[in-house]
Amino acid sequence: MDLSIFAILVQDGVTSGAIYALLALAFVLVFSVTRVIFLAQGEFVAYGALSLAAIQNHQAPLTASMLVALGVLTFLVEMGRTLLQPELRLHAGRTGAVYAVKYLLFPLAVFAAARLLAPLDLPQLVQVPLALLIVVPMGPMIYRLAYEPLVEASTLVLLIVSVGVHFTMVGLGLVMFGPEGWATTAFSDARLEVPLGAEQLVISGQSLWVVAIAALLIAALYVYFTHTLPGKALRATAVNRLGAQLVGIGATLAGRLAFTLAAALGALSGILVGPITTLNYASGFHIGLRGFISAIVGGLASFPVAALGTLLVGMLESFTAFWASEYKEVLVFTLILPVLLWRSLVGGGHVEEEEEE
Amino acid sequence: MTTRYNLPPRFPKPAPIKEPGPLPKRSLLSRENLLLLLFIVAVALMPVLPTPELWITQLNYIGLASLVALGLVLLTGVGNLTSFGQAAFVGLGAYSTAYLSTRYGLSPWIGLLVGLLITAICAYLIGLLTMRMSGFYLPVATIAWGLSLYHLFGIQEFLGKNDGIGDIPSLNFFGATLNSGREIYYLIWLAVILAIFAIRNLLNSRPGRAIRALRGGGVMAEAMGVNTGWMKVVIFVFAAILASISGFLYAHLQHMVNPTPFDLTYSIKYLFMAVIGGIGQVWGAVIGAGVLTALEEGLKRILPELLGSQGNYEIIVFGLMLVLLLQYARFGIWSFIRKWFPPPPTALAPAHADELPKREKPAAGELVLDVRAVRKQFGGLVAVNDVSFQVNAGEIIGLIGPNGAGKSTTFNLITGVLDASAGEVLYRGERISNLPSRAIVRRGVGRTFQHVQLLPRMTVLENVALGAHLRGDFAPQGGVLASILRLNRAEEEKLLFEASQQLERVGLGEYRYLEAGNLALGQQRILEIARALCCDPALLLLDEPAAGLRYQEKQALAALLNKLKGEGMSILLVEHDMDFVMNLTDRLVVMEFGTKIAEGVPHEVQQNPAVLEAYLGGVE
Repeated sequence: MDLSIFAILVQDGVTSGAIYALLALAFVLVFSVTRVIFLAQGEFVAYGALSLAAIQNHQAPLTASMLVALGVLTFLVEMGRTLLQPELRLHAGRTGAVYAVKYLLFPLAVFAAARLLAPLDLPQLVQVPLALLIVVPMGPMIYRLAYEPLVEASTLVLLIVSVGVHFTMVGLGLVMFGPEGWATTAFSDARLEVPLGAEQLVISGQSLWVVAIAALLIAALYVYFTHTLPGKALRATAVNRLGAQLVGIGATLAGRLAFTLAAALGALSGILVGPITTLNYASGFHIGLRGFISAIVGGLASFPVAALGTLLVGMLESFTAFWASEYKEVLVFTLILPVLLWRSLVGGGHVEEEEEE
Repeated sequence: MTTRYNLPPRFPKPAPIKEPGPLPKRSLLSRENLLLLLFIVAVALMPVLPTPELWITQLNYIGLASLVALGLVLLTGVGNLTSFGQAAFVGLGAYSTAYLSTRYGLSPWIGLLVGLLITAICAYLIGLLTMRMSGFYLPVATIAWGLSLYHLFGIQEFLGKNDGIGDIPSLNFFGATLNSGREIYYLIWLAVILAIFAIRNLLNSRPGRAIRALRGGGVMAEAMGVNTGWMKVVIFVFAAILASISGFLYAHLQHMVNPTPFDLTYSIKYLFMAVIGGIGQVWGAVIGAGVLTALEEGLKRILPELLGSQGNYEIIVFGLMLVLLLQYARFGIWSFIRKWFPPPPTALAPAHADELPKREKPAAGELVLDVRAVRKQFGGLVAVNDVSFQVNAGEIIGLIGPNGAGKSTTFNLITGVLDASAGEVLYRGERISNLPSRAIVRRGVGRTFQHVQLLPRMTVLENVALGAHLRGDFAPQGGVLASILRLNRAEEEKLLFEASQQLERVGLGEYRYLEAGNLALGQQRILEIARALCCDPALLLLDEPAAGLRYQEKQALAALLNKLKGEGMSILLVEHDMDFVMNLTDRLVVMEFGTKIAEGVPHEVQQNPAVLEAYLGGVE
């Protein structure tokens, strides 16, 4: 291997690492706020990228129809709950109107926008927000439909619900996008040439975009969690759900917020990797899993270590892809074992008290 | 990782005193055994009757899946550990026999042994690494290594890569060659029935009670002498072995293997089966396997007719059903039909049994517990500041102080729940500070908990027997195989007899076959004392034994403690209730802000100005 290949591999590793960092963040956020291990996180990656690909092919993505369907379902469930409870029924008219706007009008508006805008030649600055508008609202709706009835359930039950959501979303993905893979247009075709010894190191503009946006998002989330009220409420729920409820932070609201953020991070990750890798309806899951692995490899200590963890997973992936491409999957997933070994050695002799179920 | 709330335990509304339950009877023809018999007969008749071939095929798959799901009943349902890697163990079993019987022409039975060995070693190593994890680490870790093993199957040249291995010979069972599905059927279901017996036997044994205690969180089990980490590895290996056997049978049923059925999706399905059946119930595993297999088969038939053959519709419907099933039947199908079936057999105490060996007790007045300047710092906070006191044999010592005085922390330092930052604790001249709880109980120090920690669904007798965990015939953390094979009867009789004796000693004898969760709080606290007595202790450590008790219950408790003292027991109790300790204890140790401020006989301490100030505020 010469220096230039090495540099390219490092660049790949950093780019994937940035994506995994976003997914790891979403994973930890959702788990700590709702105790849900959100296996369907990866599906948002695929949905985001493939919806954008459809828009770029001048088609209204079928995800827009799915959003409408989800909205109708959510509306029916919410209205059913409102009408069944006498104290809620008193204000059924007003809450019903709010629900109608949130779950019927808004999805329909997005659907109409997708229909109208998709055939046009749009700048990416419009295409990307449109794709996000279609995919992100699915997050809180899925939380409402699948998880909210089970807030009190054990982590295991929630985990298996996640499996169900994952299966459903993958299956729908196949129906909506077909089995083919798609790539989206790069944000930038720029190629930065850096002299490196005798050779030229080429840095692709897209990689820079990915790393820059990921860094920006992480910074924005940092500000969100430390300087805004909803962010602080989410953190409070993550630290102590019961305590947060006692001071008036609703678990439901926190859950929906967490899922909205997770869906947004997932869809954005998909839109960022879309131009680099060809994605199909099923690729999301493996990307999502790498996010989980990164969360575990990195999330054991402080935040900088967590960032290092995602970089490590990204690097390992790009280098094994070069050296032993067959073993790429095996090595990435086996990486977790030494980390666990380290943790179990450091963990010490005393048993932690576990969650009672 | 998990957030901890200091919630009170979830049992009783301070309950009315329950009537003692009727003694369960057990005969050979009990309803439980009849059910089992009926099941066996039904299973046995299937292939003899003119059952369609498709049914037999489906029943074979149900049997194979039941084996894996049964392992998960033990691992996830009882032990509270989630594994997404069981399909990989199925693969290990299948590939071992496939490779050895096709490449080297070895007997499949050698393949089975090798497969079991490989599986056990892998599961043991993986278990050592992952079983300490809690929260989401464990399930995600199992996803990771499950995927690694699956991908490994697919890239190995010698395992035929993604094409797998074909032409696997049929099994030869006592001279009969099992070629067709109808022929191997009996072997599969024999394995299922044996697995059901194995799990039932294991759960009704000393190691089984330790496994059931894992669910309540490890602290209590460790305090009874259970090595919880090791027990987790044991059930993990057990579940992996069942999966491996399923893989072995699968290979010889199909006569070919490839990596597909060992993927994560299948691991998820096994877990799902155990959950929809009713996790924690052996019958749940079989029901779940049956329902899911039938459901999948049905969906595969119906959906293409309804929706056309494009798209993978069954996975969508399957996923939706998963979500809906869990929303409306979270505790599984078994929870709906269990009321028609008798409860599983519980352990019965024999009328007579050999006594367990007892340790030599200290002579009256001998120094038993010597706390020497123990100190505990949490960061900058000194929770316990160089506290010293002593407990002599046959004494009741009270450790009192206002809220936040550091009493409980001191208690945790003595019981090994926390490590001391400095100083030491000696028990009968031996240093016990910084030892794990289970090593301290082995030396003869029994304890109870501030928040009652018992297993509400187990009988009073079984809860108490847990205390005798270290006094069995087999190695303290062993005896698993003997329990599965029912070679532990002598041990069981002795332990249950001891538990029954201790229950008589504390006056709960008539409640022994009630579920522990049905007792009133005061009785539950007494139960904890009986459990601690089962460790054969010379020193009892009681953490707020009178908290939440009514007046009469307190009096009964005081009488019991006095009786134990009369029998030579040394007792250290942490308490809030001044009246209770004043009349009961020989000496009091008073703490405030982590420091010992007074020590002496109760009425002296009562007059001590420092104590008055701590409790009542300063007198200006």
